[in-house]
Amino acid sequence: MNGVLRDRRFTVGLALVTTIAGLAIAAPLVTTGDPNTPGDIVATRFLGPLARDLHGSLHVLGTDRFGRDVWTRLVYGARISLMVGFLSVLLSVVVGIAIGGLSGWWRGWPSTLLLGLTDFALALPRIVLLLLLAALWQPSALLVVVFLGATGWMPVARLVHGEVRALAVRPFTDGARSLGLRPLRVLWRHILPNALTPVIVAAALGVGNAILLEAGLSYLGLGVQPPTPSWGNMIASGRDTLVNAPWVAAAPGVMLVLVMVGCTLLGDAVRDVLSRRSSVLGRP
Amino acid sequence: MQRMLARRALSGIAVVAGVVTLTFLLLHAAPGDPAERLIGPTATPEQLAAGRHTLGLDRPLITQYGSWLARFVRGDWGTSFATGRPVRTMIGSAWPATVHLVVLSLLLSYGFGLVVGAVQAARHRRRLDTALSVATVTLVALPGFWLGLMLVTVFTYLLRVLPAFGAAGYDADYLSGWARFLDGARHLALPLATLTLIGVGAAARFVRGALLDALEQPFVTAARAKGITTTRVMVHHALRHALIPVVTLLGLSLPALFSGTVLVETVFAWPGVGRVLVEAVQARDYPVVMAATAISALLVVAGNLLADVAAGIVDPRLRAAEATATP
Repeated sequence: MNGVLRDRRFTVGLALVTTIAGLAIAAPLVTTGDPNTPGDIVATRFLGPLARDLHGSLHVLGTDRFGRDVWTRLVYGARISLMVGFLSVLLSVVVGIAIGGLSGWWRGWPSTLLLGLTDFALALPRIVLLLLLAALWQPSALLVVVFLGATGWMPVARLVHGEVRALAVRPFTDGARSLGLRPLRVLWRHILPNALTPVIVAAALGVGNAILLEAGLSYLGLGVQPPTPSWGNMIASGRDTLVNAPWVAAAPGVMLVLVMVGCTLLGDAVRDVLSRRSSVLGRP
Repeated sequence: MQRMLARRALSGIAVVAGVVTLTFLLLHAAPGDPAERLIGPTATPEQLAAGRHTLGLDRPLITQYGSWLARFVRGDWGTSFATGRPVRTMIGSAWPATVHLVVLSLLLSYGFGLVVGAVQAARHRRRLDTALSVATVTLVALPGFWLGLMLVTVFTYLLRVLPAFGAAGYDADYLSGWARFLDGARHLALPLATLTLIGVGAAARFVRGALLDALEQPFVTAARAKGITTTRVMVHHALRHALIPVVTLLGLSLPALFSGTVLVETVFAWPGVGRVLVEAVQARDYPVVMAATAISALLVVAGNLLADVAAGIVDPRLRAAEATATP
């Protein structure tokens, strides 16, 4: 842990992610008004950044076509985007650990079958599946979580599979078995906790990716539906006003970049520390 | 080598077949009746039943799948619900546009990425390396569709120098020679720049990591000990070795690149498979969705196969291992 804390990438990444998550949690405190109700359209639509409307309230990032404050929508949108990112990665990590753990633990045809399934799913073009799923079922934030989770578990399963395979031949596994523990208990209590470290890296990178994919789907109108703000559908709504109000589309994109940078830095830092530790301990 | 490629090709075919089957099943499991979509909301139950019969929807699923697959394999992809055009013509004119864009952006991003990554590895932990690392992480983090919109804002709306939409101007058919090429290049500029900017970030990160690993190898120390100049060690010894993981990662990143292309094509109205797919999906144009999905999977599989071939070219050990294994 100490090694990670000394890494500047880790501190910067953590600061970025926690700041944005903190803003999202404290949304009602850092914003004014409701993100979804249109404002006084005639008086407050398309106000530029740092403009004051006729009622005297300040709009730090300006307003959109319905006179809604862009900063407010951005912060409430962070709730949706971060929640979709974290929950979908949680889902794919759970599924990935289950499939990777079992396929690494068992021998024989069930393992081959699960591994084959993983490799097959890994080769599918994810965006194509997502587009298909999102278009066929009525899109909503919850469904996007399920779809992202269902199409994102394969890298985790592959990682866990490899780790479990390597740990299954280590002496402590034989020790646990010779104590008479049931095989699944050995897997759950002794193997999986040791196999989880590389999953952290995959999860950190996965959150960024999931947020980006959700934004892409919502941009196409296949994800979170307006008026609920998500960064993707905010960019989509600013697409038609790039000439007279570029801030509407620019602001959510900057947030996406910040979150992605944060997740990538966290993932990079943890990965480097883990690989240093594993080379010190001489693990395979 | 050949045997490995044959195995990869077979599994690639299996993936395409799987994608096609999965798409077929998903389309059938999805709520909504294609017959109702075709006839419209005013359809009477009799009309609906007749429509279902014409579309073959009243037959068992497995029969539908069998007859659909037989027609699909023979190249009879039906006509689009939305445009009435044969699906084959739509896809046939779309896939070269996508390949054109993807190949050019790959070449450019790995060209620049090699240079940036090599400079970073040579200046490891110095200020230039840190600055370039910040730049590449930011580039990787950019959402393609947003970057595209921002480039359009700057270059089309503010500076008015580049066109934002399509692959050719309205008057392209009347242009010839140099003017026509220039028109194509101007339309290509923004989508290509979008994909390349993001690609450079990823490529430079791969190259930097692979080069740093390579520079720790004993053969690099040996080369340095012989008194070879740093540049020569870098280019002839380390970079050659670093290309192996880079090419492998290139293959692995192809699906992600294709994903990015789908959205970027939509932003720029680039007439490729991605845009056809997105439009078909939004209009629930089932025949086009099926064909575009199959072609997307085929393109990704073909790209991965090419990456395997490239890995064999840059890594002689892969060829040698196969040669000794086969009697």
